[in-house]
Amino acid sequence: MTAVLPTQSDSLERGWLTDLEDEAIHIIREVVGQFERPVLLFSGGKDSIVMAHLAMKAFWPSRLPFALMHVDTGHNFAEVIEYRDRKVAEWGVKLIVASVQDAIDAGRITETPGQTRNPLQTIPLLDAITSNKFDAVLGGARRDEEKARAKERVFSVRDDFGQWDPRNQRPELWDLYNGRHRTGEHVRVFPLSNWTELDIWAYIEREGIEVPNIYYAHQREVVDRDGMLLAITEFTPPREGETVRTESVRYRTVGDATCTGAVASIAGSVADIITETAASTISERGATRADDRASEAAMEDRKRQGYF
Amino acid sequence: MPAGLLRVVTAGSVDDGKSTLVGRLLHDAKAVLADQMTAVQAASERRGYAGADLALLVDGLRAEREQGITIDVAYRYFATPRRTFILADTPGHVQYTRNTVTGASTADVAVILVDARSGVVEQTKRHLAVASLLRVSEIVLAVNKMDLVEFSEAVFDAIVTDFAAAAASLGVAHFTPIPVAALSGANIVTKSPQLDWYGGQALLEFLETVEPAVRADLPARFPVQVVLRPRTAEHPDYRGYAGRVEAGVLHRGDKVQVLPSGRVSVVAGIDTPTGELSEAPAGRSVTVRLEDDVDIARGDLIVVDGDPAPVVTRELQATVCWLTDRPLRAADRYQLRHTTRDVRAIVDAVESKLDIATVTPIPASELNLNDIGTVRIRLAEPIIVDPYALNRSTGAFLLVDETSGATVAAGLVR
Ligand SMILES: Nc1nc2c(ncn2[C@@H]2O[C@H](COP(=O)(O)OP(=O)(O)O)[C@@H](O)[C@H]2O)c(=O)[nH]1
Ligand SMILES: [Mg+2]
Repeated sequence: MTAVLPTQSDSLERGWLTDLEDEAIHIIREVVGQFERPVLLFSGGKDSIVMAHLAMKAFWPSRLPFALMHVDTGHNFAEVIEYRDRKVAEWGVKLIVASVQDAIDAGRITETPGQTRNPLQTIPLLDAITSNKFDAVLGGARRDEEKARAKERVFSVRDDFGQWDPRNQRPELWDLYNGRHRTGEHVRVFPLSNWTELDIWAYIEREGIEVPNIYYAHQREVVDRDGMLLAITEFTPPREGETVRTESVRYRTVGDATCTGAVASIAGSVADIITETAASTISERGATRADDRASEAAMEDRKRQGYF
Repeated sequence: MPAGLLRVVTAGSVDDGKSTLVGRLLHDAKAVLADQMTAVQAASERRGYAGADLALLVDGLRAEREQGITIDVAYRYFATPRRTFILADTPGHVQYTRNTVTGASTADVAVILVDARSGVVEQTKRHLAVASLLRVSEIVLAVNKMDLVEFSEAVFDAIVTDFAAAAASLGVAHFTPIPVAALSGANIVTKSPQLDWYGGQALLEFLETVEPAVRADLPARFPVQVVLRPRTAEHPDYRGYAGRVEAGVLHRGDKVQVLPSGRVSVVAGIDTPTGELSEAPAGRSVTVRLEDDVDIARGDLIVVDGDPAPVVTRELQATVCWLTDRPLRAADRYQLRHTTRDVRAIVDAVESKLDIATVTPIPASELNLNDIGTVRIRLAEPIIVDPYALNRSTGAFLLVDETSGATVAAGLVR
């Protein structure tokens, strides 16, 4: 068979990134070994991009043995949706879109005007898991993101109601992942558990992975809101008293446009982003996510109800 | 173990200061970001604490913060110029021992804390037993809260002597004692003048420089996770076995056996999407092709010829940590999970359990929650094992409750 690169003779020299890659691939393959209907959550954000990349490596030269799913709040960055659709076509994989707007239209959930749709993703996510009979859901969450996430297992069982019970998690020994579950339950799997934000960028650089261009510094109209730099979009018009200004910014996380803030940045390349990330004194979610600020346990509460 | 990465787990009884120590380590090593620190300060104030409670950096669940205890393992990541660390902070309550076992199962170093005022207690010994059983290669005894015993060398020495006795009866060859005060940071990142009688390293310096013992290696072991048959125009006849090398080094051209069938073949290629490898060491996830068309499925083990050979068996002599309320008794049935293989298992006999107070085995007919004991297990189909002492992967298994799916035991092949 034809190799893309010459035989690597330095395979005994293993870096930390290679360890993380090997671990993630092992986890993703266990999912396919143990479950009947897995799905991979793909938002077009950097973590899900890295996870999809790892999944394709895990099964090469076979095709990806599961579909991707995007829980779409409808409040997107246009660049991210363009990226998502282009990549799905390029990879030749199936994409399922679970729409928050559809769930609102169907009366499954009610939107509170003026509030982010981020927490509303839980119901469409759980509905899609049930209707597609998914038994394993691969998510790109990392333990270093948030203190409740730091408590999560790699294989994390969700009950019939999609709920996480952090006080009663299965022991997870060695890397013997136990995916056994009852009918109606499903398992969330987090192959990037042990990655940090810096690891993600270092891996993106090493692998030459393309990411949506909103991750790089660009000029954008922003306002100061909730202590964040919020972009002016059709979903987030300026409020009274706010002054719109144009700044060089980039995004550290990509979520719902109404609650994801930008950071001031001049990083035009992955190498620049790595330098900025290493020097940053503020965490990724602290800088950019209004949804985590509601209370001390905002993330834990959302996770208990079945959020990512 | 790759150079540069160290997995560290805390252990010890509740309130001995594990979470404070991890918080202090992160804080003093400058691994806490400004917004995280602000959040911890605010949370401490809300609770009426005098200063910032660094334990809140790891006690992230609502129930943990309300009760001021640790319930489940928290994983934290940080790096110094010398090394990258994964810190697992575990709970001390007997009730949550399963979470301590979870944190210890992947650790290179266990930092076992003792409150200098109370000395070695039952939980200290239980966690020492868990760490030694799981073969965590380095054990640190951190005698904490030295500020509350006037930084007394005599108190420290007495605790080290007690701990050494327990370690000796468990067969732990060596450990590193360090006097610390996690709350103020004495001997955590920098050495404390109040402990000037102590000639050793501060905790962080020890963690940065320790070289965990490299275990004797085996010929390569490769459990098959998934069989890859793309049947695409580009790869019409490709058949590869995806998995991770779990021992030794696998080379192209190696003579191998496929177990349990015993068929022999030769490694034709070791594939990755970026090219073929001539060899793959333990830990690498790769795809293996063989020269012959042998029938291989998930759960099979590809092994390289050589000594020691693994054992194909339907009977196990094992040590188990029992992790659930319902006791383990002879004739109980479970699902046994080993590498990528699942088989049905019957417990033939419970033989003994560890008496924690005396750290010696005593006869037993059942194992209760958190007991560590020896058992004999019979299997519906063979599995292929090495002793746990030789390999953490092919020597380890889980017992799983067939109806609930819960993991009820950590098992180690003797
Ligand atoms: N005086 C003193 N108190 C400490 C020290 N380390 C921890 N503590 C206190 O001991 C209590 C228990 O600490 P914590 O870290 O939650 O213990 P854990 O249960 O082992 O995680 C807290 O009130 C800490 O402030 C120390 O070095 N000196
Ligand atoms: Mg604690």
